[in-house]
Amino acid sequence: MTTVQEPLHRQLGMTDEEFESVVGILGREPRAAELAMYSVMWSEHCSYKSSRAHLGRFPTDAPWVVVGPGENAGVVDIGDGWLAALRIESHNHPSFVEPYEGAATGVGGILRDVFTMGARPIALWDQIRFGPLSEPKNRYLFKGVVSGIAGYGNAVGVPTVGGEVEFDDCYTGNPLVNVMCLGLLRREQLVLGTAGEPGTIAVLLGKATGRDGIGGASVLASASFDDESQDKRPSVQVGDPFEEKKLIEACLELYEKGLVVGVQDLGAAGLSCATSEPAGRAGVGMDVDLDQVHTRESGMTAPELLMSESQERMMAFVTVDKVDEVLAIASKWEIDSAVIGEVKDGSTLTVRYQDELVAEIPAASLADDAPLYNRPAEKPPWIEEIWATEPAVEVTDVAGALAGLLAQPGIGSSAWIHEQYDHMLFLNTVVGPGSDGSLLRIKGTEKALSVSTDGNGRLCYLDPRGGAARLVWEAALNVAVTGARPMALVDNLNFGNPEKPEVMWQFTETVEGISEACEALGIPVVGGNVSFYNETDGVDIHPTPVVGLLGLADPVPAIIPRLGSARAGMEVWELGPPATSNLAGSALQKMVENRLTGRPTPPDIAAGLSSVETALGLAGQAAVLHDISDGGLAVTLAEICIASGVGADVTTDEPFSEDPHRFLAVTDPGVIGESASARKIGTIGGNTIRVNGAELNVAEAADLFKGAIPSALAG
Amino acid sequence: MRAGVIVFPGVNCEHDVVHAIEALGGEAELVWHRDTDLSGLDGVVLPGGFAHGDALRTGAIARFSPAMSEVERLAGEGSPVLGICNGWQMLCEAGLLPGAHIANRDLSFICRFVDTEVATTDTILTRSAEVGQRLRIPLNSYEGNWVDPTGTGRVALRYVDDPNGSQDRAAAISNEAGNVAGIMPHPERAIDDLLGSTDGNVLLESFLGSLVPA
Repeated sequence: MTTVQEPLHRQLGMTDEEFESVVGILGREPRAAELAMYSVMWSEHCSYKSSRAHLGRFPTDAPWVVVGPGENAGVVDIGDGWLAALRIESHNHPSFVEPYEGAATGVGGILRDVFTMGARPIALWDQIRFGPLSEPKNRYLFKGVVSGIAGYGNAVGVPTVGGEVEFDDCYTGNPLVNVMCLGLLRREQLVLGTAGEPGTIAVLLGKATGRDGIGGASVLASASFDDESQDKRPSVQVGDPFEEKKLIEACLELYEKGLVVGVQDLGAAGLSCATSEPAGRAGVGMDVDLDQVHTRESGMTAPELLMSESQERMMAFVTVDKVDEVLAIASKWEIDSAVIGEVKDGSTLTVRYQDELVAEIPAASLADDAPLYNRPAEKPPWIEEIWATEPAVEVTDVAGALAGLLAQPGIGSSAWIHEQYDHMLFLNTVVGPGSDGSLLRIKGTEKALSVSTDGNGRLCYLDPRGGAARLVWEAALNVAVTGARPMALVDNLNFGNPEKPEVMWQFTETVEGISEACEALGIPVVGGNVSFYNETDGVDIHPTPVVGLLGLADPVPAIIPRLGSARAGMEVWELGPPATSNLAGSALQKMVENRLTGRPTPPDIAAGLSSVETALGLAGQAAVLHDISDGGLAVTLAEICIASGVGADVTTDEPFSEDPHRFLAVTDPGVIGESASARKIGTIGGNTIRVNGAELNVAEAADLFKGAIPSALAG
Repeated sequence: MRAGVIVFPGVNCEHDVVHAIEALGGEAELVWHRDTDLSGLDGVVLPGGFAHGDALRTGAIARFSPAMSEVERLAGEGSPVLGICNGWQMLCEAGLLPGAHIANRDLSFICRFVDTEVATTDTILTRSAEVGQRLRIPLNSYEGNWVDPTGTGRVALRYVDDPNGSQDRAAAISNEAGNVAGIMPHPERAIDDLLGSTDGNVLLESFLGSLVPA
């Protein structure tokens, strides 16, 4: 136990240099409340101080981009007056400390980011990663996170229509919980996070402010874990989906009636962010009266009020003549509201509490003057050695290897997870969880939106740049096989400690890989999130970027390719470049060797583009289109056979290669012609999955596949 | 002929129900739970969701909403009253249907298609169907396990398997008069081949066919 009291700024997670720069901006020592505001706004989580220098690399422009990175969510134009808003976020650290609430509030936060833009959130996707389920602690975290997502997402009334799960030792001390949200809005309903002109009134809507989540961004999300991390439990927020549901409906009514100038959600950094950012964006000042904030406990101090991350709150900026109507709508939806401030000329954010001036700072400085670190990056010396070590995987028993892969919890059916999520609400889910991309129709139009979220820690560990690029290509192919053309991307970059040069190298390589693939596809990055400090006791996670790619099908294909549509007599085709025998980073290597070595096959731009176009051309003609990824062709085929309840007989040189840009098509004869990038490998029929003569009964494969997660949970 | 779909804070299927009714050629309108005059309506649907966040018990607070006295009046007059999922739970809490709902047998939320079988056509939910007809409809609930110590509930639909432990495998029931019905799976989610099933049509058509001018 330490008895010497650290200076306040260090307790708040600030370095001495950062403290000095606050003194420089203010020309004096900061007051306690001011220091609190800077500490949260300048946290890694809020300021992106270690990553910002690199994020400018991403391509962000396209004619259909309406709002790019920097706002609460990206917005793209999908035609006929419709816009789509998308955003991805992580809640990794809170979910380790308190899995249910951590995951639940992650869902709540991403929803607010999207409905802040004027959109109705229409769907969620979760990307979750844990250590092996053989360990009880990992089972506890996994179950807690899934319950938290279900508990919040179902009750708030937004369907969770897809996602992905991965298990690896590197996530044992540091699970990853990412969540993506898609919203839909009419162009005229778009709202930005601006405070508006002087005279505009700031109305705080939603749940009363309490002491929960104080310092969540600075203390929890921006530091590494050790044995004492459990003591940080009070820094985790507590979610209330019912309050959020009412808040969504109230806000949507405000937008529909055109009653707000701007809106900002209260997430990380709470009121500090929701006052300073909109004022900074609008280039105005603001007077805030903390006595007006509705609280749920007495005796809160000004720093606590400014730092609290209590959930389900929104700040609306409203012209004076509309205030009464806004308060009446809040009252109708049974949510609390309070007028807490007024936009002023100038650029000063002034905060008063209990007849005292507690903060007087340049509003924009909280965001604009945040520290910017160009941290050293260095290629780790061990990577060349790993690249030089070829995978030592020899498959003598193809059927046994296939059976083993199907029973892996990261490859087997996700039904145990997604059947706990409402994935059908709103009557849009044409293709739901357990397929490649999710396909959501837009009622009243011929359009559908497709989303695929993809990550792969194994690949990115061995080759951060090539691995990250392959994720983008995989996601693009996943939406293309639903008939949707790729149009925009969001990314969630989960990394270890950025103060280590090798982690920064992994990070910069990843940014480069994502950028290269997006440029080749002609799609912009419209938003993202960076989660650093995913390390526990000095061990970093694999670099784990997750991408969420949005595609547009216009019109929806006449025949929707579905995994369960294969019928006896149909042909099985492998499309894309021929696979190599490279198994570096594959699920098979992980299963057989329990290590990762070698250098994975890099992406190929020409082949990637060609495969996306081929898939788009076949969507509407083929019964089944399915991307080849984890577990290779054999697993991809088995998934089709299991879903369709029918066998197949195929011959292939590389049943377990995960080489990129390939997919399977199952069609009636005569649809596809043989070429260098289209190879007929067999036919559908019977009740066994035959690969190069090795047989696995479909029913047996289905039992292994469906039992993968339940039997792992049984311990 | 016009049905009201009552919006309680926290429900989320209200727009889906209106969409489904309109897709079947019916007329529906949203009614706020504080409204106390439903005189223009010929029947009501209590939609699914999480009214009042399931605080206390599912449906326990919603039953006290001002609109519920009008629902009771309509039920008493013999008008069709249909509760879907959370709506069924509200009707039990309000005493308009017997029994109550507890957590699913396996203590997890279930969202998937389930097979059901029509047990009687003597209800507003099943009158256009045939006894023994199989219907594949999405289930989406945590408290879907119906228990009825009174034994007075009339089972309208039975699960073919037993997903949640519901008494007598009941997926839907009605009161003795047949005009008040509750169903746990969501018929409004099964009205379009694009979404996997049209088996909900016959149930919603039964309901719409039961509407008679007030």
